[in-house]
Amino acid sequence: MSRYGLMIDYDFCTGCHTCEVACQQEHDYPAGKCGIKLTKFEYETFEKLCIDYLPFPNDLCDLCKDRVAAGELPSCVKHCQAAVMKYGPVDELVKDLEERHKRVLFVPK
Amino acid sequence: MRAGEGVKEYKCTVWSAGAGCHGSCGQKLYVKDGKLIRIEGDENNPWNQGRSCSRALALKQYMYHPDRITTPLKRDGARGEGKFVPISWDEAFDTIERKMKGIREEFGAESILFCQGTGRDVGGPISFLAYSYGSPNWVQLGLSGQSCYTPRLGAMKATFGDFMVADCSQFLEKRYDDPEFEYPEVILVWGQNPPPTCPDGFFGHWIVDCMKKGTQVICVDPRHTWMTTRAKHHLQLRPGTDGALALGMLNVIINEGIYDKEFVAKWCLGFEELKERVQEYSPEKVAGITGVPADTIVSASRTYAKAKNAGGHWGLAVDTAPEGTTVAQAITHLWAITGNIDIPGGSVIARPSHGVTTYPYTTEELVELYGQELVTKLNDKRIGANEYKMVRGFRGWAQPDRAIEACKTGVPYPIKGAWIQTCNPLGGQATRTKYHYEALKGLDFIVAVDLFHNPTTMALADIVLPAATFAEKETFRSWWVPLGVTQKAVQVGECKSDWEINFELAGRLNPEIRQRWGSVRELIDSRLQRAGLTFDKLVEQGSWAMPPDGPFKPYRRHERGLLRHDGVPGFNTPSGKIELYSSVYKGFDIDPLPFYREPVNGPVAKPELAQQYPLTMISGTRNPLFFHSEHRSIPWLREKCPEPLVDIHPDTAKELGIFDGEWVFIENQMGKVKRKASLSKTVKPNMINTEHGWWKPELEGAEPTLFGVWDYQINQLVPGPQDSQSGFGGGQYKVTQVKLTKMPEGGK
Repeated sequence: MSRYGLMIDYDFCTGCHTCEVACQQEHDYPAGKCGIKLTKFEYETFEKLCIDYLPFPNDLCDLCKDRVAAGELPSCVKHCQAAVMKYGPVDELVKDLEERHKRVLFVPK
Repeated sequence: MRAGEGVKEYKCTVWSAGAGCHGSCGQKLYVKDGKLIRIEGDENNPWNQGRSCSRALALKQYMYHPDRITTPLKRDGARGEGKFVPISWDEAFDTIERKMKGIREEFGAESILFCQGTGRDVGGPISFLAYSYGSPNWVQLGLSGQSCYTPRLGAMKATFGDFMVADCSQFLEKRYDDPEFEYPEVILVWGQNPPPTCPDGFFGHWIVDCMKKGTQVICVDPRHTWMTTRAKHHLQLRPGTDGALALGMLNVIINEGIYDKEFVAKWCLGFEELKERVQEYSPEKVAGITGVPADTIVSASRTYAKAKNAGGHWGLAVDTAPEGTTVAQAITHLWAITGNIDIPGGSVIARPSHGVTTYPYTTEELVELYGQELVTKLNDKRIGANEYKMVRGFRGWAQPDRAIEACKTGVPYPIKGAWIQTCNPLGGQATRTKYHYEALKGLDFIVAVDLFHNPTTMALADIVLPAATFAEKETFRSWWVPLGVTQKAVQVGECKSDWEINFELAGRLNPEIRQRWGSVRELIDSRLQRAGLTFDKLVEQGSWAMPPDGPFKPYRRHERGLLRHDGVPGFNTPSGKIELYSSVYKGFDIDPLPFYREPVNGPVAKPELAQQYPLTMISGTRNPLFFHSEHRSIPWLREKCPEPLVDIHPDTAKELGIFDGEWVFIENQMGKVKRKASLSKTVKPNMINTEHGWWKPELEGAEPTLFGVWDYQINQLVPGPQDSQSGFGGGQYKVTQVKLTKMPEGGK
């Protein structure tokens, strides 16, 4: 059985927090508990100021197994406003990493 | 849990309290045993294609919040004491009817103000109530210069005879897959960071969709944002100098001859006059005014003008610039002379879907709904309509700065009451907030319609009526596309929709209303008639409909004779051309050509003020977790941004001895406000940037605390009145001179 993960195209993540609340609604998590955490990076290269956002799935992420079993996408993937998240088998998601820079693959526990 | 097993699915359009925004997202509500159990984006709705946002997804916490007002309330104690008792709807309506009829008899209907906030569905029912009652004073009270979209709408109407939006395929049912659509090569994004914003009739992430397909953006913004860091050109101008920059870009494009000569010759009027005017704004001169290097102005202008197709998108900073209507006009000229009009991936003409009016955006729509006779009669009494020809001639708003002054001074006539609907001016849009507070406090009768108590209901209301979220009501939307409806999925307490409340009251105040419509549903169906649709039919087909080919769908409608009543090719302006030299503006006694003026309280116009208050503050930066002054009590949202922050450049912070995370005062001649310092190079050293709409629902509501509004309401530092001759635009939200001071022990 292949392992599943989340591919995140963080060049286009705008930091909208949708994934976090999608996770909380789906799992009925109380405030303070969330399976994905948005992180902001503000830094300078030698040329310019940069701002990147990255949502980081943690041990509360179960890849929305109930939704997936019902034939739906994980809630964060479906609702992401920038449509930067992709769910699938790891060996397929790896190909997305080859296509473009600033992408990352998470394989939650 | 999905549909089935006792769970019912309702498809809705989100344009109302709940998510709160301006958007038209399709969302699916899942209901079991009369309770909302889940909300999901509707993948079949072309607007959002299944996407959602943090606020919509937190709807359950919002709807079933323990602080939600669920019955009508009347004040039981002095104003501001925070003592309210539940009453029945009958008692509430009887009291309001009696009071409002009494005021109308004694002082005239115009002595009641009908106040709304942001541009969501309340605009329809509140204007309906005001006109049914007979008052012309429908107003975004507190919003200095009506500085949110109305100035831009006015400029577009004058230049093009229509409104325009950046084309991201939103008028096409198949969206990006429609073969007619072409991705814009460039989008010029002026004064906005679209992703966390809910722009007017536009989904901010559509621009992100285009960027993924190779669209390049040019950003005009004093701040660094996610979008500016990905822009081909970032024009980082001094706040409030947008007008000069637009004229400088026009100068480059005209003088280098890189405008669309064929389009200008065929469709534009007044090019020679514009050409002469822009000679006053060389890139070098504009660089001096704006702080944007001349070579950046030149190269950005070239990128924009030489693109095969380029969209124009903009935000509130255009409206708040001095003479906002004129700044907006200059930007419309950029779109026009480059020929990016009603073409795929350009700027396209946007009309209310199918010609249906929900919320009147033009004078013509008001006249159609309420009749020329009533509109003309009321105009004579409308506050600001006699002082400002543009206020009189475009839309139906009372001028907000004049309206609050009338409350205080009784000029031009005494104001006796206010109907404040799903709007919290004291916690949100009101500049010189204390002045608003004092002026409103003196009125005889105030009704607030809202979902939660807030500083406004607490300080002012005599009666509070409980309003519904979009999940609890029937409403409709035609702001551009699609034509959408919201079905009622559940009932919470005794809450009613804004339409139900206003329809009932309008019927009591004006017997004609009940002769025309038997119910809100009949009223909605009568408005949908123009589309050949009914509420039920729309629900049946998924709660939305896209307009068929014709005047409400792009492209190139000016060539096809679809824009004018006479069917002649051209634009819906007096001359039939795009008017670069505006006959409409001339009629309003404002300059027919764009010009630049310095912000009235900025560091150049008032150097002595800047010496005392050396930092230029931008207020109103958007946070995707909150909509204006809403959502601070929603646990899933507030936990992600628990405190109001101020962005301070690290050099400035160092100079003042301020550490990251420390509490500071932002201070000027108007007062002082608390913020938590966030050190960031997203602002220049002489600027600070902060969010608006902050109050703390967890604090005491009764006076003097009023949920901490006097500690956190940033707009109390913003002076008034508006900085514009047209009456529209120039609310000083983006250019306020302030200083930062440390709090004892870092505010601990």
